[in-house]
Amino acid sequence: MTMQGEAPAGAGNPAPQQAPARRSIGAVLAAPVGLLAHLLDGPMRFWQRLAGRGGMIAFFLLPNMAVFALFVIVPLGINVAYSLSGGTQLFLPSRSFVGPENFARLLTCDNHLAPATCRDDLFWIAVWNTVRFVALQVVVLVAVAMTTALILNRSIRARGFWRAVFFFPVLLSPVVVGLIWKWIFQRQGLLNWLMVEMGLDPVNWLTDRTWAYVFSVGISVWAHAGFYALILLAGLQAIPRHIYEAAEMDRTSPARAFRRITLPLLWPNLLVVIVLALIRAVQVFDEVYVLTGGGPGTSTMYLTQYIYETGFASTLRNPGVAAAASLMMGGVLVVLTLAQIALTRWRDRQ
Amino acid sequence: MKRAYLRGTAIAAALSFATGAYAADEVRIMWYSDGNEGEVVADLLKKFEEQNPDIKVTLDNVSYQVIKEQLPITLEAGDGPDIARVTDLKALADHWLDLTPYLADKAYWDANYGEQADWMRPDGSQAITGFMTQITLTGAFANKTLFDQAGVALPAAGSTWDQWVEAAAQVAQSQQSPAAFAMDRSGHRMSAPILNYGANYIGQDGMPAPVDAGAKAFLTELVGWTEGGQNLKDVWVSAAGASYRAAAEDFINAQIPLYFSGSWQISNFSTKIGDTFDWVAVGNPCGPDGCSGIPGGAGLVAVKYTKNPEAVGKVMDYLASEPVMREFTQRSLFIPSNAAIRAAGDLKYETADPQVQPALDAFNADVKNLSPEANALPAWKWASAYYTALVTRTGQAMAGEMSLDDAFARMDSDIAEQVAQAGQ
Amino acid sequence: MTRSAMNPVAFLTRRRGGKGWHWTDVVTFGWLALSLVMIFGPALWLLLSSFKTPAQLAEFPPTILPYAAQTATVETKTGPKALPLYTVELPDGSSAVMAELNRVGIMANMVRPEAPDDPVKVNINARKPLREVAFATDNYTTPLKQFDFARYLRNSVFVTTMATIITLITNSMAAFALSKYEFRGRNGVMMVIVATLMIPLSVNLVPLYSVVSSLGLMNNLWGVILPTVATPTGVFMLRQYMLTIPDELIEAARMDNASEWQIYWRIVLPLTAPALAVLAIFSVVWRWNDFLWPLIVLSRKELFTLQVGLNTYAGELNVQWQFILAMTVVSIIPVLIVFVFLQRFITAGIAGTGLK
Repeated sequence: MTMQGEAPAGAGNPAPQQAPARRSIGAVLAAPVGLLAHLLDGPMRFWQRLAGRGGMIAFFLLPNMAVFALFVIVPLGINVAYSLSGGTQLFLPSRSFVGPENFARLLTCDNHLAPATCRDDLFWIAVWNTVRFVALQVVVLVAVAMTTALILNRSIRARGFWRAVFFFPVLLSPVVVGLIWKWIFQRQGLLNWLMVEMGLDPVNWLTDRTWAYVFSVGISVWAHAGFYALILLAGLQAIPRHIYEAAEMDRTSPARAFRRITLPLLWPNLLVVIVLALIRAVQVFDEVYVLTGGGPGTSTMYLTQYIYETGFASTLRNPGVAAAASLMMGGVLVVLTLAQIALTRWRDRQ
Repeated sequence: MKRAYLRGTAIAAALSFATGAYAADEVRIMWYSDGNEGEVVADLLKKFEEQNPDIKVTLDNVSYQVIKEQLPITLEAGDGPDIARVTDLKALADHWLDLTPYLADKAYWDANYGEQADWMRPDGSQAITGFMTQITLTGAFANKTLFDQAGVALPAAGSTWDQWVEAAAQVAQSQQSPAAFAMDRSGHRMSAPILNYGANYIGQDGMPAPVDAGAKAFLTELVGWTEGGQNLKDVWVSAAGASYRAAAEDFINAQIPLYFSGSWQISNFSTKIGDTFDWVAVGNPCGPDGCSGIPGGAGLVAVKYTKNPEAVGKVMDYLASEPVMREFTQRSLFIPSNAAIRAAGDLKYETADPQVQPALDAFNADVKNLSPEANALPAWKWASAYYTALVTRTGQAMAGEMSLDDAFARMDSDIAEQVAQAGQ
Repeated sequence: MTRSAMNPVAFLTRRRGGKGWHWTDVVTFGWLALSLVMIFGPALWLLLSSFKTPAQLAEFPPTILPYAAQTATVETKTGPKALPLYTVELPDGSSAVMAELNRVGIMANMVRPEAPDDPVKVNINARKPLREVAFATDNYTTPLKQFDFARYLRNSVFVTTMATIITLITNSMAAFALSKYEFRGRNGVMMVIVATLMIPLSVNLVPLYSVVSSLGLMNNLWGVILPTVATPTGVFMLRQYMLTIPDELIEAARMDNASEWQIYWRIVLPLTAPALAVLAIFSVVWRWNDFLWPLIVLSRKELFTLQVGLNTYAGELNVQWQFILAMTVVSIIPVLIVFVFLQRFITAGIAGTGLK
């Protein structure tokens, strides 16, 4: 590979199957970037000579890690400081150190399974609501994404179109998702109209605990399934056809082929999907907040809403307690993720 | 010659660039709107700028969420707009500027806005920090057309909550409405009947008192009405925590005969109901202890961190002046905050809707019924702690998540936690 | 089976391997049909609702299309007026189209438009409004006229473009270092990056605010852009993709005396193009949809992004839903354009990226 050609950044693409017109647009867009990168050649070579390859690694990592440190790590540190201090003030110097008091407030319970016996009952209501949400949502989400991926992997007509259809909700902002469904589930919404048209009595969906819970799961699956379906589809397409052809010759049923071939070969993708889905499910907030506001009562108030309202949105802010809760949530997520990865490693070794 | 001129302009340009480009003082106002008041004040400010070419006023129209969530943290960082329209006046009082040295006529302010000065300054202070853009008052509205169709007479002035709910329930039954009445999900709203049932929030020492018998009496009734289907359940159970929810849409849609909200709904009703049905303001239904509403409203306050306090003083003087407030009030269909205008009682509201003037008159008249307890609430710094606890726990009781006794106990402990937290 | 060779009939009747209808065919067909309705139905409903008047939005049962009252011009005592029309059931059992002069309580004075001097008193229960399909375009034009829409749009485009460009550059550089070099602490850096997925923005608002505010980036578009560019997802995705690029290519380049910088931008970057395209599209959509963070950073109207500007109709006591719905539709339009024109890149790109 020579370095002399003036080829634009896209020219190295090993699969030059794009239409000429499209490539030229890409070339036009890439040209200024290419020129800039070209102009940087000299200084970079100088810097490499000066700092060695290690210096170059640092250089590549620096911009991203600097932003990262400033806007992710530092706030995390501030959060730790918040969690150990009390008062309603937002700025650290004016807050008083209280030690683990905020954690104690959240964790003090006679019986952790019964929120009513806890000092901060709303926190534990939110915790158990979130557990219930995650348990159902992840299962339904993975099932829907898997079904969709399997169907999109069949030789259906207009597959590109269908892939795009499932991807549409992923492009909408959570607030819009919540708004769209609010207009359907509210007392005077589309769903009740359909009920009336079918001769049934309208139901006040969002004031019913069970329905509100089911719908909160439903809309979050609606909003995210398309994304996970595409990840799974990518995995499915990487499975060589001939394995299935062999199975078909052996008259293996589709269900058996799925269990014996698809599932094991798809496992890496499935793991990514489950981990990501789990993380996002624990953090559920915006779309449900717009739809139910956490109601009826507190039955769809999930952890992120509790933290957001405690630390930020209510008139009486309590940033210490909110920070303690968010750190605990993050901690649980890290443990869950590590456990899942460890489990997979252990399984692979077996 | 030409070169010197060019150099001169270049230096001038560089200088003006360095000093922030504007020769004029800039005053930024952060403003939220419930109706058309944003447009009205923009018009009024345009006139101000014509009279004061050296002051440039910029009106930043924002959503209420910005006022509620973003402004407080900005203020704590020692930053913010120069003037803001705020409802959380007392809690943020430490950040307001004492306008006294910058006002042309302090006596005018004391006379016309002195009544509410305590709402927006720290306890014990004598500062003038701003003025109320309008006074709001809680109160009920009835859909007279629904009452007429049901053949039920509107309960007379001075009727109790029981009488009103009873009458509205008859209407609801005859007209097949989903509920007899609705009340906004708000601690401010529910406090009006609670006080009328004899409750008192403020203890001897100025600190929150425990939830007392009067409060328990009304809350028991209210939760009973919710379970019995008279109170529209959606509004109260459709959110967790202390979130505000209005029931206005249901009233506008003629779904409920009786709606307990407040004076600010008038312009909303006027634009959305139009001639669809007749609605009337019926004041505050009575409890055993009185028929008072709770006052409130949004205040326009100057922020301590402004760089142009003189200009801010001029803008505030202008906006608070009687002719400006008169125009503002008449066009935005508010209850006037200016004492002189209220006393004159000669406002001609700018509306083609014949239902508006009587409704505003009814509220204007009801201001006289305010009890001392109700008047004390806006200037009490623990009011929002109390409201938050009331709404959160009442909502849970209505949803059947906890018994009333547990709810009362939790209200007390919630308030105690807040007081302890603030003391840390 | 090629896509182009099939007509709709063949599609509808096509079966698995031509061996008759298999249950999986039924499931496929049912799933796709249901998905189409479930995905576009609700969005379509929002679109139709955004053209309704406030009164109509609150109506139950709702109508599918937006309607408005039909009016007729009637000669009244005070001159010609446009009055709303109703179908009235008259006492004699017949029905007629009449215009309403005024209403007092539950009785209305109505006239036949052709005979304006002959009013009749009618109970309001004995009449039905006469309506016609009408789109309340006011919901769109009023806010657009009131706002400095062009400026909001420009700010949004600026934020979206800059954030995307910076995201692509910084993330790809970091991903390159993390995938093509062995160095101490590499796994540690990866772990930190993945771990930050665990704390969502909504619980980190206040600390992030203090950082941005102490950097002096409040009321500055860069205060919106910078905190978003170090996305862990982006680094993770690009790194996974770069791992599939054979190291021999890089070794060969080093033989040719290429600098590390040249290897990055002339070899690795072009080969990562599909993954970069996916990240670019995601970044555009994310940044376009960002709401909560810009709302906190920007409080001056000349800096508002579209999402913040469109939200000013949510007051303390009243929410003007008709405007909110219409402005929601407006804010979706650019996303829809991305969707229509780039859906092939998105879907094919994710498939190619593998995210394994």
